[in-house]
Amino acid sequence: MNRRKIKSLQDLENLRQEILVKRDPQKTRVSICAGTGCLALGARKVITSFKEELKKQGLEDTVEIRETGCPGFCEKGTIVVIYPEGIYYLQVQPGDVPEIVEKTLVEKKIAERLLYTDPVTNEKAIHEDEIPFYKNQMRLLIGDNIKIDPKNIEDYIALGGYSALAKVLSKMSPGEVIEEVKRANLRGRGGGGFPAGRKWETTRNAPGEPKYVIVNCDEGDPGAFMDRALMEGNPHSVIEGLIIGAYAIGSHEGFIYVREEYPLAVENTSIALEQAREYGLLGRDIMGSGFDFDVTIFRGAGAFVSGESSALMSSLEGKVGAPQPKYVHTSVKGLWNKPTNLNNVETWANVPLIINKGADWFTSIGTEGSKGAKIFSLVGKVNNTGLVEVPMGITLREIIYNIGGGVLANKKFKAVQTGGPSGGCIPESFIDTAVDFDELTKLGSMMGSGGMIVMDEDTCMVDVAKYFIDFLVDESCGRCVPCREGLERMSEILTDICEGRGTEGDIELLEELSEVMKDTSMCGLGRTAPNPVLTTIHYFREEYDAHIKEKKCPAHVCKALIEYYIDGEKCTGCLACLKACPEGAISGDKEKVHVITMEKCNRCGICYETCKFDAVIIK
Amino acid sequence: MNEDKIEEIIGCHGTDKSKLITILQDVQAEYNWLPPDTLRHIAKRLQVPLIDVFGIATFYKSFSLEPRGKHLIRVCLGTACHVRGGPRILETAERILGIKADETTADYEFTVEGVNCLGCCALGPVMVVDKEYYGKLPPTKVEGILRKYGYTSTSSNNGGET
Repeated sequence: MNRRKIKSLQDLENLRQEILVKRDPQKTRVSICAGTGCLALGARKVITSFKEELKKQGLEDTVEIRETGCPGFCEKGTIVVIYPEGIYYLQVQPGDVPEIVEKTLVEKKIAERLLYTDPVTNEKAIHEDEIPFYKNQMRLLIGDNIKIDPKNIEDYIALGGYSALAKVLSKMSPGEVIEEVKRANLRGRGGGGFPAGRKWETTRNAPGEPKYVIVNCDEGDPGAFMDRALMEGNPHSVIEGLIIGAYAIGSHEGFIYVREEYPLAVENTSIALEQAREYGLLGRDIMGSGFDFDVTIFRGAGAFVSGESSALMSSLEGKVGAPQPKYVHTSVKGLWNKPTNLNNVETWANVPLIINKGADWFTSIGTEGSKGAKIFSLVGKVNNTGLVEVPMGITLREIIYNIGGGVLANKKFKAVQTGGPSGGCIPESFIDTAVDFDELTKLGSMMGSGGMIVMDEDTCMVDVAKYFIDFLVDESCGRCVPCREGLERMSEILTDICEGRGTEGDIELLEELSEVMKDTSMCGLGRTAPNPVLTTIHYFREEYDAHIKEKKCPAHVCKALIEYYIDGEKCTGCLACLKACPEGAISGDKEKVHVITMEKCNRCGICYETCKFDAVIIK
Repeated sequence: MNEDKIEEIIGCHGTDKSKLITILQDVQAEYNWLPPDTLRHIAKRLQVPLIDVFGIATFYKSFSLEPRGKHLIRVCLGTACHVRGGPRILETAERILGIKADETTADYEFTVEGVNCLGCCALGPVMVVDKEYYGKLPPTKVEGILRKYGYTSTSSNNGGET
């Protein structure tokens, strides 16, 4: 498609006005989340149903359907928002569509049953800002997702998109841009927390041409998906930030490294890059400024450790994505030994905000050392799972209870895991800790990229430690001995503890191994790998003791240490568990108490889940 | 090996060494695995030592040096899925198909894998069959899903258990 190239700040503003004039603000619009989460819950069928129903009712021309990015409340997907009123419908199923069309689009009434209902007060919430999950957030980046079709650049431009780039190219020198980002104290959102402005400056000043800039969307931390939602839902915000950074650094070539598990992010980003080129926002002579820059998208091939900067650059070169010793920083000698600046998706997406609103505005949000807002992936045993964007400095309690609605099924909170495999488990006694780069580190964990996994009384902390160590055994590149061998030994010890073979001294051995790994591993993966073990030992030592000394798993998770029984007083003899048991370990007749044969039982827990009378008990 | 097909893939990306991973990704997508003769061919064409090609093929998880089944079942074992019962979904799929993780059924219909986070963390536990996501999945629903992809009790290695 041949489009008019944008040649100046004024051109962009004219285009924005044209788009707005073309769009009737009073026109009814149905925004439907088409992010990976809602698609997993059946959003595609909801979209199809809307199209069919609108056709049936002859409303195709008067109602617009917009497939948008993820607004974050994944727990309640599929999310449908009706504009201009902003009516927020949750958990929409294809079968609900005729009712929405009939009631809301035709009769202009509200379908009450699809609104958010407060679980305590039973009050309904019509608009986004009335829903507790949203109203306690500060949605600077992710808030636009529901307003934007990521496959249509005009949606982004209509909201003021690319105005920061226009401002930079027409009014600011590269040095001024770096100064602004430095003053904002924007720290790396991928987990490192290194000041982005300083990194940009180092790359700019490093000798050697060409210089490269990279978006790191190799989001590998288990339990985190903020970058996916941004890259899928608002790719232009990341691309705009990247172009601004490239201009400041003096780079003409960029890469977006997306993990292969995110096919929709690859698709939407590819479309976004193409559309940006058509409008003259990428390529030669961007916006008539004389600045040339273009971007290539690269699919990762599935390796957690390749998210580390030097490893990611090796991978881009077509090699094994293993970390390299960093005697010289990648900002000086990176991709193909040239100065390379790599930042995480969320870091880049913050750049246009800082340019538009200024460093003073940005630093007015957050804590002394951590400025701005941060997106967290609030998941695990919590009621409102999803993505939450909050100002730095908010407490864990506020996130988990005010936004997350507390622990699932009214169970008792045990811990929250932050920072992925490099982080740790924070117990209830520290739930009022402020969340920022520095405070969580003091507790032995870290903020990391933003994964926040809530754990309840049914989570075994030894099992969690074992889980992370096994994850890392799988993902360690194997290059340095402390990481490769240390992780294997830790896994053996933890497996022994979980399977009832733990002995006195195991904990001390784990601690000793941890110290060696921290001190002597080559890269961050090995140096931080012991954190999940050390924090669980530190805060939940009694659980380790129960496994080792009493051969018991208090949370009833470790299979070798539990047994299933049927409570004769509660069992109604309904045969449900007997039929469900894959091992044929349950015997009994109809309306007679059933019995589990321990020798045959493999502790899969299916009987426990199947029984409607709570007659299956774990000891 | 269909040399024309491999040449077509190489033609799309060129023979620069940095394109090796991208080329292997396309070969993997075409064949569902990386046949050894294709690796030798690519090594020659890109002038990369064969050992480096194998290094890449074994380092990254998306590559397989053995044929995979027609349908790839990936069970998420990320932290959020782990605490919400992901391992039991994997066990259930393994039991139904009569194979272990990373194995393929004898009829090459299904391959099962446990993977380290698919980024659908709010919906755990999650299973993905080919490109279709299944979220908030109880173990009891796994068999029904597999049936949608043609699983019958005879398609598994052990004659199938229901």
